Amino acid sequence: MFLIPKPVGKFFHRMASPPYFYDFTGRLIPWLSWIFLFLVIAGLYGGLVLAPADYQQGDSFRIIYIHVPSAWMSLFVYVVMAIAGGIGLIWRIKLAEIVAISSASVGAGFTFIALVTGSLWGKPMWGTWWVWDARLTSELILLFLYLGVIGLYGAIDDKRTASRAVAILALVGVVNIPIIHYSVEWWNTLHQGPTVTKMDKPSIHISMLWPLLVMAVAFKFYYVIAMLQRARTELVVRERNSQWVKLLLESK
Amino acid sequence: MNWQEFFAMGGYAFYVWVSYAITFVVLLALVIMPIIQRKQFMRQQTLRLKRQENP
Repeated sequence: MFLIPKPVGKFFHRMASPPYFYDFTGRLIPWLSWIFLFLVIAGLYGGLVLAPADYQQGDSFRIIYIHVPSAWMSLFVYVVMAIAGGIGLIWRIKLAEIVAISSASVGAGFTFIALVTGSLWGKPMWGTWWVWDARLTSELILLFLYLGVIGLYGAIDDKRTASRAVAILALVGVVNIPIIHYSVEWWNTLHQGPTVTKMDKPSIHISMLWPLLVMAVAFKFYYVIAMLQRARTELVVRERNSQWVKLLLESK
Repeated sequence: MNWQEFFAMGGYAFYVWVSYAITFVVLLALVIMPIIQRKQFMRQQTLRLKRQENP
């Protein structure tokens, strides 16, 4: 691991210690929450108030400011979950296992939001709530993968075993990620093609684009906050018989 | 732009506001639930510790 600078390596090494992780994240979350709040207010103001109505879609296009960031996050969180699961599988790092399973519920939430807001956007624009096309179907499979991960984890009592089983499922499911991403290029679909990631020439005006990017960053902060909250709960439950949790309880 | 116009969303009020409301509820629930569960768990464990110390 000669590529990782020493202080960064040291930081990750310390974060793998449960009491340090619990204490550090407890102090980190308020800062992240303030940044998130600032970004989300700016993004919503830009998206709902400042951005002009779309010349084709009118004001219905404003669903983009939650639909697209959620859809991006549904993929991003899955990849984080699979990588964390893989790290837990190989190096048996308990905190990696916890980050993986704590990501699952947040990822499922983002996927659910992407599907529901997409449906609510599709109805006035396409005239239908749902079509069985490649983009929508592969995103629905992503939701089932997340629910599978959560269900499998809950079904196995020994949480170390459960984490290993979940990591394998998550890693196998990674095959779905490129399918979702390229579905609008590989197959004919009602879903519109990418508007933002064509970085050379995005087909969206800057006044509509900046709130979208701000919301995307805000959702990243949200993910870290929600995932850490879940991880802290998971950690104290798993470590309930350890000395540091007992000390934590006595100090209350 | 006045408030009425803003809430009307050019006739798409239902679709836009239901989208935002569902997003808000889901994201709020996902961050609140683990906090409540942790508090409950901590309370249970504190009681358990106390029972062990003076049965």
